[in-house]
Amino acid sequence: MTDFTLTKHDDGVAIITWDCANKSMNVASFEAFEELEACIDQVLAEDDIKGAIITSGKKDFAGGMDLNVLGRLRQEGGDNPAENIFNGIMNMHRLLRKIERAGMDPKTNKGGKPIVSALPGTALGIGLEIPLATHRIFAADNPKAKIGLPEILVGLFPGAGGTTRVVRKLGAMAAAPILLEGKAGSPKQMKLQKIVDEVVADPVAAAREWVLNASDADIVKPWDAKGYKMPGGTPYHPAGFMTFVGASAMVSGNTQGVYPAAKAMLSAIYEGALVPFDTALKIEARCFTKVIIDPVSSNMIRSLFVNKQALEKGANRPAVGDERVKKVGVLGAGMMGAGIALVSARAGIDVVLLDQNIEAAERGKAYSAGYMDKGIKRGKATAEKKEALLSQITASADLNDLAGCDLIVEAVFEDPAVKAEMTQRVEAVIPEDCIFASNTSTLPITELAKASSRPDQFIGIHFFSPVEKMMLVEIIKGKETGDRAVAKALDFVRQIRKTPIVVNDARFFYANRCIIPYINEGIRMIGEGVSPALVENAARQLGFPVGPLQLVDETSIELGVKIAKATRAAMGDAYPDGAVDDVVFAMADLGRMGRKTSAGFYDYDEKGKRTGLWDGLDDKFPVSDDQPDFIDVQHRLMFSQTLEAVRALEEGVLEDIREGDVGAILGWGFAPWSGGPFSWLDMLGAPYAAERCDQLTEAFGDRFKCPELLREMAGKNQTFYKRFGENAQAA
Amino acid sequence: MNEAYIYDAVRTPRGKGRKDGSLHEVSAAGLSVTALNALKDRNDLEGHAVEDVIWGNVTQVAEQGACLARTAVLASELDESIPGVSINRFCASGLEAVNMAANQVRGGAGNAYIAGGVESMSRTPMMSDGGAIAVDPSIAIDNYFVPQGIGADIIASRYGFTRDMADAMAVESQIRAKAAWDDNRFANTIVPVRDINGLTILDYDEFMRPGTDMQSLGALKPSFKDQGEIMPGFDKIAIQKYPELERVNHIHHAGNSSGIVDGAAAILIGNKEFGEQYGLKPRARIKATAKIGTDPTIMLTGPVPVTKKILADNGMAISDIDLFEVNEAFASVVMLFEQAFNVDHSKVNVNGGSIAMGHPLGATGAIILGTLLDEMERTDKETGLATLCIGSGMGAATIIERV
Repeated sequence: MTDFTLTKHDDGVAIITWDCANKSMNVASFEAFEELEACIDQVLAEDDIKGAIITSGKKDFAGGMDLNVLGRLRQEGGDNPAENIFNGIMNMHRLLRKIERAGMDPKTNKGGKPIVSALPGTALGIGLEIPLATHRIFAADNPKAKIGLPEILVGLFPGAGGTTRVVRKLGAMAAAPILLEGKAGSPKQMKLQKIVDEVVADPVAAAREWVLNASDADIVKPWDAKGYKMPGGTPYHPAGFMTFVGASAMVSGNTQGVYPAAKAMLSAIYEGALVPFDTALKIEARCFTKVIIDPVSSNMIRSLFVNKQALEKGANRPAVGDERVKKVGVLGAGMMGAGIALVSARAGIDVVLLDQNIEAAERGKAYSAGYMDKGIKRGKATAEKKEALLSQITASADLNDLAGCDLIVEAVFEDPAVKAEMTQRVEAVIPEDCIFASNTSTLPITELAKASSRPDQFIGIHFFSPVEKMMLVEIIKGKETGDRAVAKALDFVRQIRKTPIVVNDARFFYANRCIIPYINEGIRMIGEGVSPALVENAARQLGFPVGPLQLVDETSIELGVKIAKATRAAMGDAYPDGAVDDVVFAMADLGRMGRKTSAGFYDYDEKGKRTGLWDGLDDKFPVSDDQPDFIDVQHRLMFSQTLEAVRALEEGVLEDIREGDVGAILGWGFAPWSGGPFSWLDMLGAPYAAERCDQLTEAFGDRFKCPELLREMAGKNQTFYKRFGENAQAA
Repeated sequence: MNEAYIYDAVRTPRGKGRKDGSLHEVSAAGLSVTALNALKDRNDLEGHAVEDVIWGNVTQVAEQGACLARTAVLASELDESIPGVSINRFCASGLEAVNMAANQVRGGAGNAYIAGGVESMSRTPMMSDGGAIAVDPSIAIDNYFVPQGIGADIIASRYGFTRDMADAMAVESQIRAKAAWDDNRFANTIVPVRDINGLTILDYDEFMRPGTDMQSLGALKPSFKDQGEIMPGFDKIAIQKYPELERVNHIHHAGNSSGIVDGAAAILIGNKEFGEQYGLKPRARIKATAKIGTDPTIMLTGPVPVTKKILADNGMAISDIDLFEVNEAFASVVMLFEQAFNVDHSKVNVNGGSIAMGHPLGATGAIILGTLLDEMERTDKETGLATLCIGSGMGAATIIERV
């Protein structure tokens, strides 16, 4: 036994302790379930045991299911994975139901033994579903503990009875934020939501007291008692009807219909509400099985959970010593610099925020103050925390303050000459072993490194805006960047709790390289007379947070013009985007530069709120009577960026497809349901993807030409994740 | 093949479908009995005079449940040897009942039928019978379910109908309905609803608001804007289905949508032999019937494809139709019909429609067919078409011809 152990006590209350060997956090596996069942059987069988408390040997109760187990269930099923998964889930239901019924007489509900849970800390996912099957949940008054069912956030839903039990307990309306939004909370918050029964200083002691005094009636769940009525009403009860009508619309509207888990969970809730409890569990298992089988859920789990974590833990970190940052110098206190200072200070790193004059530097620091003020207003921060954070940031106009920094992040104006001068001036004052990073979004690192006297210590760290919100950080290796610089950048990103990808130096690196063709494809369609609403909705219905036209309005059309002119100059006759420029330059000529000017592809009101697509667009670029197939519009938007990702891989800019997938989702909101561009191509299948490339090339031009790598994979019917391995690096 | 003829048509007046409506005190069976007894009395239908009573009724629960058709026959003075069947094709139930009856007669299953329908919307509210289409997520989501009013607003958005256009149509419906009542054009068909003592409860369409103008309608708030844009946000679903739309224009409100009312209507349909046997003169031949399924999200465009179908099936052209009844479920439904067939509004709903007088769901199909026939006789027109849009995306139509 390694996971669950039972100890008997003289008062008759057995303690079942969950304590996964060799792990800091309990995670559930099928082996663990077998052990738990043995404990429960013992409780029910032995007369000197009056009841039991399930608790943890660690500071937390459990972090959830080992998500790799789900993949194993699928694989072990061979040709019939659905049956294997369904049986596995039903077996889990059987065990949890055994706990819940606790040996009581099925007719009289009498003679059962109380089994309760005592949660010392965090209890998430199945770590809450087990307690939900027990007769009462006692949680330690631990404000840091998180209690909830976050499965939906990785493309699943609570499938070990959590969905059915929470709906039966709270009603569909009250259950919605917990189940459909995956909102977790502290023990106190979850008590208010009636998920946790009691919040106490010593949950085991309180649980023991309760077990010793529990009556037969105390341990009968409402849904197992006579006359149970679902709170808020069932779907065909007048009160429940409108809730359920609205639920489908809300879920489908919010998920754009591309997340199968939300829909499957809603079916489990609805169908389950119409039948007795045990039948509801069976329906929940069928819906859950369907989600596990769906490639969307496995892709989401792989990218958003497994691989994201692997990258955060340094999957691609060179084997050099601890490079955690103690003091960072941020050059330039503009929007990016101010954000970088904030996230660094928040991670407990000392920050020197430097600008040309002290006023500018202080303005940058004030951004952190403003951020903390907002937090205080929302009750998420305190005045002390604000003071502590601000004391970590030194605003300065004096280069000498950079002494003692072990990392510099340069975030000055995007001009190679300005950057070169800063590099040299700063290198003159910082320690020899200090790593110098440039937060450029477009300029090649190898070129910038030429200004450095220590190019092996020079690296790109590309933050996305707004820094405090965007999770991705793109680390760019110049030609001469050394391992220690990479390790430093990765350790820094880990300290500030963001997700890194490491790419090689090339024009626009990885993220911008893919975003630009996406925006361009949208703009190109406007020039062709495609309805702007169709373009924007095509993107949104692919799960992109914003359509290409809204995106270019946000990033500014001016910037688009600048990039286009620079690219055109660099590429000469080979420049392929003239059709895009026709539209972009026309907008710029009209002064419609995007949100900044309150006029772009969209109109804005006086407060800067977007009111709708600019109706003058139709005069300038008339919408043609003959509109394209929706799927063609969607595929143009998808392939334009996906093929760029493949080319980045071919050219060695990307070294790891996991980084390509995770980076795309976190960096620019690439269709999260797909798992990222490589996962999406795997879902399509290389042969079909290559065929679509040929069709799109024929219809719309060479930018859709099938990359050699994809063509070769189509011939061999390969997938990216098979070819490059689930975990191994691509190169 | 037998021909099916209309021998008689009756209807109750329409009462406001609210607790303070005049017909709220009358049961759905009671409204049905009023219509059934009127047909019996006017045509001396003794004994097993008709094969069946086919009765349209949408919300078949509570007092409208358990086969209201049979209940109504038993409560009426019709012979107990006449059975009854309740049918539900939502808003076209009354017309569908007529079409089924006509086709039974044409196929030789008996000489005569009574067809029609009833709805007591004040006593059995719409949607109180539930329905998986709106509630079961696996069905609702896959079919992009939105409520009817949103569908009507989608029509307006897709086909360019403005609030002013819809309001103008509503004003016209009110003017025409008042003129028709002032001219006694419904007199032959209306059967007052009376109490157990013979006292009159209602003898006119009380929902009408004569004097409605653009200004009074302009003050009304759109009915479906909140559920479209805020809670629960049906517009997002509409845009998923019709991604060429940037937004849904919510132009419909209580004044340019059909009224919620109580009422019943019945039509006597039989073959030639039946007329001879009972000494009755046929008023019109039921020339053709049709029904069709169509896009369930926009839901209410059915009159267009079903009219195309009924014309094509019978080798007819739109120009062969002299007069139209297109149920005024929502103003945009009628505007779409007129736009699609380039039909002038002077030929459509000439005595007003459901916007002015109300739409008792299960009865309306039979009501508008009776109204159509009355007007064809009054103005000596040859051929008429009645059509209705239907929930969940369907359409029904009937072409009648005077004999």
